[in-house]
Amino acid sequence: MVDSKQQWKAWLYLSPAIVLLLIFTVWPIINTVRLAFLEGYNALEATWGATYNVGIGNFIEVLNYKDFLTCLKNTVLLTFLTVPLSTLLALLIAVALNSIKPLQKFLQTIFFLPYVTNSIAIGMVFAAMFNIIGLRPSGDVADSWGIINNIIMFFGGDPVNWINAQSSYAANMAVMTVYIVWNALPFKILILLGGLQSINKQYYDAARVDGTPRRRVFTRITVPLLSPMLAYVVITGFIGGFKEYSSIVGIFGEKMGPVGDPYSLNTMVGYIYEELPEMNYGVASAAALILFVIILIVTIINGWVSKKRVHF
Amino acid sequence: MAKNKDIVMQERNLQTVSAQQRIVKIVVKAGTYLFLSIMALIVLFPFYWMIISSLKTLDEYRQNIPTFWPKIIVWGNYAEAFSQASLGRLFLNTAFVGVVSTILSLVITVLSAFAFARLEFKGKDLMFGALLATMMIPGELFTITNYATINNFGWMKTFYALIIPFLVSVFYIYLLRQNFLQIPNELYLAAKVDGCGDLKYLWKVMIPLSLPTLISITILKMMGAWNSYVWPRLVANDEAHRLITNGLRNAFTATTGDVNYPVQMAAVAIVSAPLFLVFIFLRKYIMKGVSRSGIKG
Repeated sequence: MVDSKQQWKAWLYLSPAIVLLLIFTVWPIINTVRLAFLEGYNALEATWGATYNVGIGNFIEVLNYKDFLTCLKNTVLLTFLTVPLSTLLALLIAVALNSIKPLQKFLQTIFFLPYVTNSIAIGMVFAAMFNIIGLRPSGDVADSWGIINNIIMFFGGDPVNWINAQSSYAANMAVMTVYIVWNALPFKILILLGGLQSINKQYYDAARVDGTPRRRVFTRITVPLLSPMLAYVVITGFIGGFKEYSSIVGIFGEKMGPVGDPYSLNTMVGYIYEELPEMNYGVASAAALILFVIILIVTIINGWVSKKRVHF
Repeated sequence: MAKNKDIVMQERNLQTVSAQQRIVKIVVKAGTYLFLSIMALIVLFPFYWMIISSLKTLDEYRQNIPTFWPKIIVWGNYAEAFSQASLGRLFLNTAFVGVVSTILSLVITVLSAFAFARLEFKGKDLMFGALLATMMIPGELFTITNYATINNFGWMKTFYALIIPFLVSVFYIYLLRQNFLQIPNELYLAAKVDGCGDLKYLWKVMIPLSLPTLISITILKMMGAWNSYVWPRLVANDEAHRLITNGLRNAFTATTGDVNYPVQMAAVAIVSAPLFLVFIFLRKYIMKGVSRSGIKG
């Protein structure tokens, strides 16, 4: 039975949440779609009474803009490099952690540590590790190679210009991949280990009685029973990957690239934020909608693949 | 006689097989520990490098052959970092925004979750479904209009801009509602019969019973304020309102080249320290909250 007093009270309790959501969530959804289809909308001009045609001009402008394509390439490349790599590593670590007893809790805590960090702050540490310290006026490298190059040279390799001026795109991407994977591991390990610990031990006992080899146990029992968790980790990884931004700011600074080549590592989210202070809301909205559609498509494809592959 | 010999042979075979298995088992165990140790060292290395670099003199840091422990420990780097980035002011700003937004957010979340879990009203399911649907949309989509809204409200460079847009988290409402639903309804009805009002019941029964979830929400919300970078940079990047992550990035714009890394690393260590302290003491709540939410901060 619904009495009117409860009705009244319920809406009263919900009112702060509803008011805030209407202003900061519902209105933005409507308005972003509206702005995206107002060609060349600029808030500053709009206050002076400029009017705009309705059309898909913003989308065409975004897609034809060279810098946007750079952002798109960087984002896609980083996502497809880091998600499989971090998922595989996290799976190996989680399985290894699950198979030991002493030190398990201790190691688990260590592997979770990168999660509770500030991605800008630790990005600066990675920059310090990959940096080649100081260039002489002649262009020679002065004094040191940085710790990562020191390690490479210790094992007999050649030093690399990772992130300094005139560094190559491949080297920059390698550094970003290392940092993003390092950052992404804790969450994936936490989820996968949780999944492993909830697998019924009877399956493993049965396999042992049958004398099933280790690798077969892994591919036929562990992975299928873990597949819902794997799917979850991959989907959230893709969504996070397409929104990559602050890890790049952490390593390369707000110029989003090595010295002398700014914005060469910019991402889609970075592109949207760049347009805001210029008040180019129309173009920014179109870019945000494109990002949303890409994320939606990837999520749907992932969901579709995992429906076929995930075993329950 | 021959039969006996067979049995003995078989037993011997079994013994060697089990000995072999034992060796394989030990090797696998050792390999597992070796793999985990190496990975753990890789994970920990940046933290180690941050700390030892922050204690070195600039000359020692620049040495061709790196030292793995500072020859002279320079605590002065920390004092220099603190004043160079005016970390004191940034700490205060961030603490203020974190505390205020956490308290307000908790009040809103508790009231909404209570309404969804205990009260009956028209359109409840529809409303709840609509709320959950908003979680699917990436936050970047909201940023553009929210930036315009904050501008129209005249909230640029105020604490309002940093606190108010993020007070409602649909996910936390969902999490707490699930928790509230587990508390038997009979308790609520009994409390009503005894003349106990809604708010008193919330305060005396529901909040204590769902304290772990509330603690998780509090920690994640505080960490969110500490780590937020993009939005604060857009709306309040001035001296009086700047938050810690932005302040750090602004104070040390150069990441490569001939940088005074010891001081920079000291600043990074100061900013990271509160996060580690929270993690050490409240690890359980953080890990529980994270495994259910899948969001950073």
